[in-house]
Amino acid sequence: MAQTRLGRAENRAGWAFVMPALVLVGIFMIYPILWSLWMSLQTGRGMTTSFGGLANIQRLFADPIFLTALSNTMIFLAIQVPIMIMLALVFAVMLNDPKTKFRGLFRTAIFLPAVTSLVAYSILFKSIFSNDGLATTIVTFFGGPEISWLGEPFWAKVVIILAITWRWTGYNMIFYLAALQNIDRSIYEAARIDGVPARAQFFRITIPMLKPVILFTTIISTIGTLQLFDEVQNITQGGPSNATLTLSQYIFNLTFRFMPSYGYAATVSYVIVVLVAVLSVIQFWIARDRK
Amino acid sequence: MSDVAAHRLDPEAAEPSARAALRGPDGPGRDMIGPAVKYIVLSLAAFVSVFPFFWMLVGTTNSSYDIVRGKAWFGDQLLVNLGNLIEQVDLPRVLFNSFYIAIISTVATLLVSSLAGYAFEIFRHKWRERIFAALLLMLSIPFAALMVPLFVMMASAGLINTYSAIILPTIANIFIIFYFRQATKAFPHELRDAAKIDGLKEWQIFLRVYMPVMRSTYAAATIIVFTLTWNNYLWPLIVLQTNDMKTMVLTISSLNSAYTPDFGVIMVATVITTLPTLIIFFLLQRLFVQGMLGSVK
Repeated sequence: MAQTRLGRAENRAGWAFVMPALVLVGIFMIYPILWSLWMSLQTGRGMTTSFGGLANIQRLFADPIFLTALSNTMIFLAIQVPIMIMLALVFAVMLNDPKTKFRGLFRTAIFLPAVTSLVAYSILFKSIFSNDGLATTIVTFFGGPEISWLGEPFWAKVVIILAITWRWTGYNMIFYLAALQNIDRSIYEAARIDGVPARAQFFRITIPMLKPVILFTTIISTIGTLQLFDEVQNITQGGPSNATLTLSQYIFNLTFRFMPSYGYAATVSYVIVVLVAVLSVIQFWIARDRK
Repeated sequence: MSDVAAHRLDPEAAEPSARAALRGPDGPGRDMIGPAVKYIVLSLAAFVSVFPFFWMLVGTTNSSYDIVRGKAWFGDQLLVNLGNLIEQVDLPRVLFNSFYIAIISTVATLLVSSLAGYAFEIFRHKWRERIFAALLLMLSIPFAALMVPLFVMMASAGLINTYSAIILPTIANIFIIFYFRQATKAFPHELRDAAKIDGLKEWQIFLRVYMPVMRSTYAAATIIVFTLTWNNYLWPLIVLQTNDMKTMVLTISSLNSAYTPDFGVIMVATVITTLPTLIIFFLLQRLFVQGMLGSVK
């Protein structure tokens, strides 16, 4: 098929416009991700490395710190993401109701945490949950036990989960609010006239209609949580005794805190890549349209 | 949807519907309990969301000892904390680093990524959708998987502890490319056709027609990228190694990781770190949210 001169000129312009971005993506994403695959086949520390084949993968399964980091990350993911998405949905539905007063005020307040830097809010949480700090004062005021929030493995995990939930619930809520505005009000009108109770409206209308957005937010939350770093680094530093250590933090430690073992660090990073891929596929599969 | 339809045809559903009609939409059950619970839940959520901001402000006026002991009201240590901060941190230098990195990154990202997003929507090519799909797939590559090779690359290029090392990897932002492609769907093609008839070249059309028309998209993208780079932590933590190169975020993090952190000083620094994004949010709330939602439309 003969191309017109105009067509060729457009082609040239198109490539020229796209090229800077593609070149940068090539240098700073494609090349490193492939190189990291190659690195994961190398063993050794610092600059003295040798080809080790799948030795690093074997090392993973025998590495208690890796297994701890993996299970911590999965615990954060499995508990935090569903809680946050449920809360965000509930707030969004409440704020979408035109009868609710002060909607703008509530929306702004609940969204506000999403404006903060992760490091800044982490430090705020660390100071609130310090020993004998504000959180302890409040809990003991209501007759609760005196908890060493950041000193006990269980409670340290709880603080991390509370912190992430605080930061991201409003962010997810905004996505649901936008999607709710696109649902035709007459559906709810019809449901109301037919006497469908509010709870059934929520589960039978709202959730199915929002399924694509819920899927989208679940996947971005999953990717985010699998890479959790800033919060644990600044609230607990992975402690106490690795109870909040995450995969990203372990990669960071392997590369930049100890004598660097790039090959093994790259292998751990590929665990995150595989987890992102597998979990995304599972989430798509769960959310698929069933006939 | 089908559930609702089924419900309507279900003869048993007619009975509660009749009751609902008798009671009317403002029946007692709904009006008394529902709204009360709703307002309690929303007020609690709003309070919990805003409280740490209040805590941060209160903290700037208290000593570190009072902060970690949970004092939640204003004290008189603000000037002491501010003085200590200025003594410990070269504030103008650190602020310059943060602003410099965020502004250069934002300008470069917007230019490169909007060019690509525009071209992906306007120009047709047999590989267009395939390349674009490949880019979208790369959105899910976690940064954790890139940081080790990126660090080695930067080290061998001699770029450790430089602004370039921070800025370069952020410029081709796939999310922003995607955002601009979506936004370009609303860009009127007649404008481009008219400009071509007037003899404008492709790059002139982009600069003189597209950019001015799309300014609210640019504004929203500016907010996203500025916030993102201003708040960036992990990559600068790896690459920036001396105090004179550190950003605000890195500075509060290293103050925080001291053996006995001075939370009074940290709170003042945290307020300074949070202020720019907070100001942008309150001034441009609509654009801020629009930018965030750009990807779902």
